[in-house]
Amino acid sequence: MALVEARDLVKRFGSLTAVDGISFAVDRAEVVGFLGPNGAGKSTAMKIISGFLEPSSGQAFIEGYNSHTQPIEARRRLGYLPEGAPAYGDMSVADFLGFIAAMHGMSKRQANDRLAELVERIGLAEVWNQRIEALSKGFKRRVGIAQALVHDPDVLILDEPTDGLDPNQKHDMRELIRLIAARKAIVISTHILEEVEAVCTRAIIIAKGRMLADATPAELLAQGANAFAITIVTVDPQRAIEIISTQPGISKVYVAERVDGVTRLLVHAPQSRPTVAELAGVLGRSDIAVSEMFVKHASLDDVFRQITNGAEN
Amino acid sequence: MRPTLLVFRREFAAYFATPVAAVFLIVFLALAAGLTFFMSGFFDRGQADLSSFFFWHPWLFLVLMPAIAMRLWAEERRNGTVELLMTLPVQPWQIVLGKWLAAWAFAALALALTTPLWITVNVLGSPDNGVILASYVGSWLMAGAFLALAAAISALTKSQVLAFIGATAVSFLFVMAGFDLVLGAVRSWAPTVIVDAVRSMSFLGHFQRITEGVLDLPSIIFFVTFIAFCLWLNVRAIEVKKAA
Repeated sequence: MALVEARDLVKRFGSLTAVDGISFAVDRAEVVGFLGPNGAGKSTAMKIISGFLEPSSGQAFIEGYNSHTQPIEARRRLGYLPEGAPAYGDMSVADFLGFIAAMHGMSKRQANDRLAELVERIGLAEVWNQRIEALSKGFKRRVGIAQALVHDPDVLILDEPTDGLDPNQKHDMRELIRLIAARKAIVISTHILEEVEAVCTRAIIIAKGRMLADATPAELLAQGANAFAITIVTVDPQRAIEIISTQPGISKVYVAERVDGVTRLLVHAPQSRPTVAELAGVLGRSDIAVSEMFVKHASLDDVFRQITNGAEN
Repeated sequence: MRPTLLVFRREFAAYFATPVAAVFLIVFLALAAGLTFFMSGFFDRGQADLSSFFFWHPWLFLVLMPAIAMRLWAEERRNGTVELLMTLPVQPWQIVLGKWLAAWAFAALALALTTPLWITVNVLGSPDNGVILASYVGSWLMAGAFLALAAAISALTKSQVLAFIGATAVSFLFVMAGFDLVLGAVRSWAPTVIVDAVRSMSFLGHFQRITEGVLDLPSIIFFVTFIAFCLWLNVRAIEVKKAA
């Protein structure tokens, strides 16, 4: 059984459809990244799965419990970091986490043991007795994560866990997620693509409420068109373009840059054919001097733009 | 019951996390004393009772109780903590009850701080302490009704100011329900049954019956029922917001 399951979730706010038919499942040891432009419906989808919002139609399950009709059972098994990592600013870190632990039904002793462990792991010792409103953004976010982990849930739903953190803190947060990932099913939302490559085993791309892709980061990268960047020394780049574009497998050739008789071409080859060697051979036989040539791999950024721009149009 | 108690403790402590609680208590005591001594001429009346003190309670509470309750939900909505709270494995009514109890306990504290007045009348004369006790209980119950109403309205908005204004406006209708201001508007179109029903909703009327003598049972039942109904509305408001 999948630990998290969304079945055809739809959420309408008046005439706006914020979430439009999202379905997916997450198993143990999976870290799924929710990717999408701002306003794509990532947070809304997470609010529905966590049971904070009711779906207009569809169902969400946490370990088989419907998060709408069996909310208590579902929430016992869920650690949730809402958007913006809200916390009671007037409480100290210790009081706040103690409150959350108690609300999860933990005894004082259980809570103290667990919190002692979390303090170390999340690095909250130095702010333990400070009021939350006085903390830096990084610490606030860590308090939010600690709050989600207090009862050691099997399912974690984290809405932008690294938003507003500096690069070191981001790194630490990803380390933490990787560390706990093996025993849990984790869903994180982000618009930072490197994060997906760094921690996620799977990425779900959402735009305008719709799911546009559900694949591993490697599979997504493979969807991106590879390109060759070729620098040639020639007085007649037009002839080079004609020669290259007649090769099988080439979809597009254009001049990227042209300085002092040196022309840089960009060649799109969606199937990664022909190879660099083949292309070099063709150009060599036509007496075109190639001074530099390399394969430019698609980045997740490119793929993301390709996929989400398609949805905008 | 444990979640209710936890929410109660957190909310009650939250009142004292800022100077707001102290300011509120001072304003309440200053207004109560000022109105009792200067507006009602407590000493000139030459009677050892607290009727001139309790007389002002509905009017004081009309403004002060919404001020206590306005933050209960609106603040949670503004800060986003409502999302945290409502995704914990507890029933919504447990949270609603805990929050209201915290506000009610705070009102009890405010009332308790007026007991020097009670001591004063006992020093100056021999008042009917049964009536005074009944009046305190009645006042506290009425405060609970104002608070439950204001808490339910607070659940509808992110803005504490709106919650305050809305709660004061609706409370005003309930205070005035026995007067022609409200009854006149109803009488023009509604049958007598409805007019009587509206009149029976009057906070002022019920409170006066309690302060006049012994604890008037129908009035106590009215306030308790009113509180229960508003708490139910509060739970509903949260659930409706969830589906919206």
